[in-house]
Amino acid sequence: MLDCPFCGPRNVGEFAHLGEVVARPDPRTATPAQWRDYLYVRDNVAGVVRERWLHRAGCRKFFDAVRDTTDNTVHETVALTAGEGAGS
Amino acid sequence: MEPRRPAREAVRRRRVRPRGYSAVSLARQGGRSQPSWKRAWRHHELRPSYDVVIIGGGLHGLATAYYLASRHGITNVAVLEKDYLGGGGSGRNTAIARSNYLTPEGVEFYDRSVKLYERLSAELNFNIMFSQRGHLTLAHSDASLRTMRWRAEVNKIKGVDSSVIGPDDIKALAPALDTSGEPRYPILGALYHPPGGIIRHDAVVWGYARAADLHGVHLHQQTEVTGIEIDRNRVTGVQTSRGRISAPIVVNCTAGWSSIINAMAGVRAPVVTSPLQAAVSEPVKPFLDPVVVSGTLHVYVSQTPRGELVFGASVDPFTQYSVRGSLDFIEGLATHVLELMPGLSKMRVLRQWAGLCDMTPDYSPIMGVTDVQGFLLDIGWGTYGFKAGPVSGEQIARLIAEGSTPDLIKPFGLERFADGTLVGEKGAASVGH
Repeated sequence: MLDCPFCGPRNVGEFAHLGEVVARPDPRTATPAQWRDYLYVRDNVAGVVRERWLHRAGCRKFFDAVRDTTDNTVHETVALTAGEGAGS
Repeated sequence: MEPRRPAREAVRRRRVRPRGYSAVSLARQGGRSQPSWKRAWRHHELRPSYDVVIIGGGLHGLATAYYLASRHGITNVAVLEKDYLGGGGSGRNTAIARSNYLTPEGVEFYDRSVKLYERLSAELNFNIMFSQRGHLTLAHSDASLRTMRWRAEVNKIKGVDSSVIGPDDIKALAPALDTSGEPRYPILGALYHPPGGIIRHDAVVWGYARAADLHGVHLHQQTEVTGIEIDRNRVTGVQTSRGRISAPIVVNCTAGWSSIINAMAGVRAPVVTSPLQAAVSEPVKPFLDPVVVSGTLHVYVSQTPRGELVFGASVDPFTQYSVRGSLDFIEGLATHVLELMPGLSKMRVLRQWAGLCDMTPDYSPIMGVTDVQGFLLDIGWGTYGFKAGPVSGEQIARLIAEGSTPDLIKPFGLERFADGTLVGEKGAASVGH
């Protein structure tokens, strides 16, 4: 069960997991290594991570979740404020 | 990186062939209530230093240790395993070996592994039960059939036996498949790869462990690495739950846990860890000869020598470090298996499990050097690590002994993600598309 900030608790199968929240560098000034890191490299911790989800089969809004990857405990789900979602 | 091979005079590159298990010993031990088999590998105290430390006591780590010792005379090697040998992906995979990949680099690489597997029982004197019974990758659409043709032609150019066959030939190879036009996604053809087959995965781990031990490698179970020591960008040692070891070369062979080890060395790699689930049915009479894979139906299946059907599918839809099975996996799997073979509806599932897969963006591994001197990677094995165990061990051992990256694994370096030279094998490596 994942608690969508807009729809409430729904089966996790309704959501698409988009991965760790990573800051997007400016494509006009980023080096290839920085761009590579943004595209591909992740911390992949066994622990608490802040990540982005999409309620694909529901409200189709993006939101963040703070989840422990060792046991799937979701500590909170956070609706994104304006400007936070764009480009990240 | 400096080569680790000892001075020429000192090398006695003797390959020790482990003793077999004779029919006489089997009969004698079988008749005893308390069998007195010799330990297959010894327990050692931790030395304060080793020439090479391999983190991860699974197939890749053990194979690397074995080839270091047997091919290059480098025996002052420690394999550190936080749990028991082969308890990670090596013991959880669906035990398939094949080389019918898409890219020329991939095909050449995996073909070397199949050839090593073909000789492995004889070399290790341990029956790894490699049954080369043929491998079918089904195509359920025109686009899929074109991809199969593409893979077949690349395979042929690289000298690997693969071809595209039609529904009639498929039916002759695997009568249990529904090759009529009835299913929602009918079978239009398949990539047929005769050298592919199944292996007893535990036997490979034990065979390599026993042989490595015989060559003098130290296998340390229940020994968890808690830190990696770096001095001026060079590896100097590792800290473990049983003490500190100084070593100039440390290899990361921890697959699903590789990011945790990488973080200790200050290295970052493009991997994320997701579980891959599998299930096994009750044993039935042998009825399925080839391994059958369907990308469209997200399922693959083979029948073990014991008669059980082993099923696999695609990785879980989100990252986690748990190895438990889930209900929606087994429900989805059952639906797709019955599409393929409707006659199995009464079959019972014995158990399901999962293993951790470190997934890379291009479904190819990450092997070779990093920016930290002496810290090597053999990771990013995702859902395709078992079939590559022998060749990975062989090539990483060469890299350590000779000090430069062998040509066979050059395409899989960490730098390819910045260069843009990814080796895209998602379609050939997995059924997750």
